[in-house]
Amino acid sequence: MRGVLKLKVESGNTKKVQTGAKNFFSSYGIYFVLILMVGILSIISPAFFTVQNIINVLRQISINGILAIGVTLIIVTGGIDLSLGSILALAGVVATNHAHPEPYYPLALIILMGIAVGALCGLVNGSIVAYSRVSPFIVTLGMMTVARGVTFVYTDGRPIIKLTKEYQYIGQGVFLGIPLPIYILLFIGIVGFVILHKSKYGRHIYAIGGNEMAAKVSGINVARIKLFVYTFAGALCGLAGIMLASRTNAATPNAGSGYELDAIAAAVLGGTSTSGGRGTIYGTIVGVLIMGVLSNGLDILNVSSYIQQIVKGVIIVGAVWVDQMNTT
Amino acid sequence: MNSEEYILQMKCISKEFPGVKALDGVSLNIKKGTVHAVIGENGAGKSTLMKILIGIYQPDQGEILYKGKAIKISNSHEAIKLGISMIHQELNPVLELSVSENIFLGREPLNRITGFVSEKELFSKTQELFETLDIKGISPKSKMKSLSIAQIQMIEIAKAVSYNSDLIIMDEPTSALTEAEVTTLFNIIVSLKAKGIAIIYISHKLDEIFKISDEITVMRDGQYIDTVKTENVTREKLISMMVGRELKDFYRKQATEKGEVALEVRNLTKEGLFKDISFKVHKGEILGIAGLVGAGRTEIVETIFGMRGSYSGEIYKDGKRIFIRNERDAIKNKIALATEDRKALGLVLCLPVRHNISMAWLKMLSKFSLVQTKKEKNICEELVKTLRIKLTNIDCSTNTLSGGNQQKVVLAKWLLTSPDVLILDEPTRGIDVGAKAEIYGIMVDLAKQGKAIIMISSEMPELIGMSDRIIVVHDGAITGELSREEATQEAIMGLASI
Repeated sequence: MRGVLKLKVESGNTKKVQTGAKNFFSSYGIYFVLILMVGILSIISPAFFTVQNIINVLRQISINGILAIGVTLIIVTGGIDLSLGSILALAGVVATNHAHPEPYYPLALIILMGIAVGALCGLVNGSIVAYSRVSPFIVTLGMMTVARGVTFVYTDGRPIIKLTKEYQYIGQGVFLGIPLPIYILLFIGIVGFVILHKSKYGRHIYAIGGNEMAAKVSGINVARIKLFVYTFAGALCGLAGIMLASRTNAATPNAGSGYELDAIAAAVLGGTSTSGGRGTIYGTIVGVLIMGVLSNGLDILNVSSYIQQIVKGVIIVGAVWVDQMNTT
Repeated sequence: MNSEEYILQMKCISKEFPGVKALDGVSLNIKKGTVHAVIGENGAGKSTLMKILIGIYQPDQGEILYKGKAIKISNSHEAIKLGISMIHQELNPVLELSVSENIFLGREPLNRITGFVSEKELFSKTQELFETLDIKGISPKSKMKSLSIAQIQMIEIAKAVSYNSDLIIMDEPTSALTEAEVTTLFNIIVSLKAKGIAIIYISHKLDEIFKISDEITVMRDGQYIDTVKTENVTREKLISMMVGRELKDFYRKQATEKGEVALEVRNLTKEGLFKDISFKVHKGEILGIAGLVGAGRTEIVETIFGMRGSYSGEIYKDGKRIFIRNERDAIKNKIALATEDRKALGLVLCLPVRHNISMAWLKMLSKFSLVQTKKEKNICEELVKTLRIKLTNIDCSTNTLSGGNQQKVVLAKWLLTSPDVLILDEPTRGIDVGAKAEIYGIMVDLAKQGKAIIMISSEMPELIGMSDRIIVVHDGAITGELSREEATQEAIMGLASI
C-alpha cells in the first residue's frame, strides 16, 4: 500500500467556502434532528413528552447505548464488530446460569463472570484483528456465529430461568425513581467519554483510524490499542447481556440477535465514520436517542412493528446521506 | 515566429493553492512534431503545469491555445478527446486484463450483431498499432501482469497513440527503465516525432534530455525562466538556470566543531535491501545520504528507526549498543525520523494540528493516562511559534495546511520528543522555496544545539549545501564518503551510479 501516491483532485475554481450556517448544520445537524423529532412527537401525542415516557425511552435505549459506546471506539479505529449481539447472549447465559437461588453465588461474582466472558470473546476478536491480516468484518462475523453456537451448546437451546431477586434487581430495580439501567448507561457513557476524549488512548484510537501507518511511525502501539477496543466492547456486551437477562427474567440463547446492527447504526447516526478517525461518544448517545425516540414514538402512534423497521432503515441511510453531503 | 507551427501555447498561466503560488505567469510553447523537455527542480511547478494541461487543475489566470484555438480543459477526458495524453510516472494498468483490453479499455470494438466485444477485431487493431509503433515482442493477448514495467510503459504509449493524440506528455518515463529499454523508448519517440506528434518530456536526467529533446523550457519556483534550443545550450548553463541563485546564501550551514559520536551503525544489513552499512554521525553534524531513488537510502533509515523489524548488525547510541525492534524503541532512545512520505506516514491529516504534534510524546503530556490539555496546548503553541507554522489555530485540521507547513508540523512532532538524532528523509520534497529556506534554518539551529542530523535528499544542491559530510549509497551499499570540500554534483553522481 505504501508508496502509492493518491492524487487528491482539487479544483481551485469551484472551491466551496463553508458558510457559517452550513458549518453549524454539519456539526450539529444530528442534534437538530433529535430536537425536531422530540418536538413533532410532543405535538402529535400528549403521551410522549411526559416524565414517565422519557424515563421509559432512556431505559429502553440503555442496552443499545452500552453496545453503541463499545462499537464507537472500534469504528473510530477503522474496525467493525458484528459479534456484539452473540457475545451478549453468551455472556448473558453464562452469568445467568449462576444466578439461581440454588447453588448460590454472590452477585458481584456473577456480574464479573458475565463481563469476563464478554471480554474474553472481545480479546479473541482483538487478537486476530491486531495480529493477522484478516479484516475485522470477517473476524467478527466468525465470532458472531461461533459465540451464538457456543451459547446454544451451553444452554442446549433452552432459556435459563428461575433467577434470584437480587439478580433481577439489576435490570428491574429503581433507585430514586429512575431505573438502574439508566444509571449504568450514564456510568458507561462517562467511562467511554473519558477514554475517547480525555485519555491518551483516545488519541491513539483516533490516530489509528485516521492513518494507521502514521500512528505506528509515531510510536503508537497499534496492536495493543486494537486489542483494547475489542476487549472493552466485549466486556460491555457482557454487562448488557446481564442487564437484558435480568430485565426479562430469563437468558435466552437467541437474545440480542441483530443488536450489533442497531449499535452500529446508532454510532453512524451520531457521526462516526465507518472509515475511521471520526466519531464521538456524545454523538453516539444522540444517535442512540434518535433510534429510541423513533421506535417509542412510532409505538405511541400505533405504527405496526413491520412499518417501524422500514422507517428505521430509511432514517439511518437518510441521516448519514445528509451528513455526508455536509462534510464533503 | 509564425504561430501556426505551434501545436500548443500556454500563456501566462498562474495557479495558486492555499498558501503557495504554484505557478506564476508561466508560458510554454510546443512546436508540432518536436520533443520539448520541461525541466526544473522538485517543486518548480512542472507537474502543476501538466495537470492544468490535462484538466486536473484549472488555471487561475492565463490562456491555453491548442492548434491555434483557445480552449478550456475541464477534465482529463476532454484532454484525451482533444488529442492530449499523459503517460504518468505511476502507471496504473488493469493487471488482470490482456494487453489489448487495456489499450481499448472503455471503447472496445463490438460485434455488430451480438453486441459483445469482438475479440478478433480487438487483437487485430492492437497488432496494427504495434506495427506502426514498431513494438516487438509483446503479444496483444498476453495478460498485463506478465509484462515488465518497460513493456507496460510501451503499452501506455500505444494507448496514447490509439487515441490519435497529437501531444503526448511523458512524466519521468525512464525512471524505472534499464539502459536498453531507454533506447527502445527513444526509438519509439523518434517514430512518434516522424508522425508529427509533439512530445512534452519531463525528466531530471539531463543526459537524456540532451539526447532526445529539440527544445527545453526551464522552470524555477513556479516561474518561467527561459526556453532554449537544445543544441545551443550547455549542461552548466541549464543547471544554473534551474538553480538560479547563489547556493551559499541559500544554505546557511557552516562547518561546525564536531562533537562526540551520537549514533553509530556497524554492518547494518537487511537481506535484499542493503548490506554492511556502517557510518557515524556526530553531535552538531549534518550527515547527508545521497543516492538514486531505490538505492536503499530510505530503507536504511527506516530500519534504524525500527520500522522494518529485525536486522543484522549493530547500532550504537552515545557509545552504548542499543536494540531497536520497533518505532517505540527508537523514540525511547531519542531517535526521530521524519519520513519521506508526509501524507502516508508522517501525519494523520484528518486530525487537528495539536493532536499531530503531540502524537509521539503523549506519554509525557499525560497524567494517569489523561492528556493534560492545557500543558499540551502551551507546548504546541510554542512550537508553532518557533517553527513559524502558519495556521489559523492549533486545532485546525492538518489537511488545511500547505505542504511546507505540514512538513513543519512533522518536524514539530519529532522535536517534541527532544531527539538527539534527527533523521530527515527528503525534508523539503514538494514544498515551496520559502518554506525550504525556513526548514534549512531550523536544521542549522538544531545542529548548533548539538543534535545529530541525518538528511536524505535527492536534490543535490540542497544536499551539498547543507551537509557537513555526505555518504553515497548505491544498490544497498555505501560506495563512498565525501567531505564538505569534496562534495560536488559530479563526485556524488559518480559514486551513486557506478
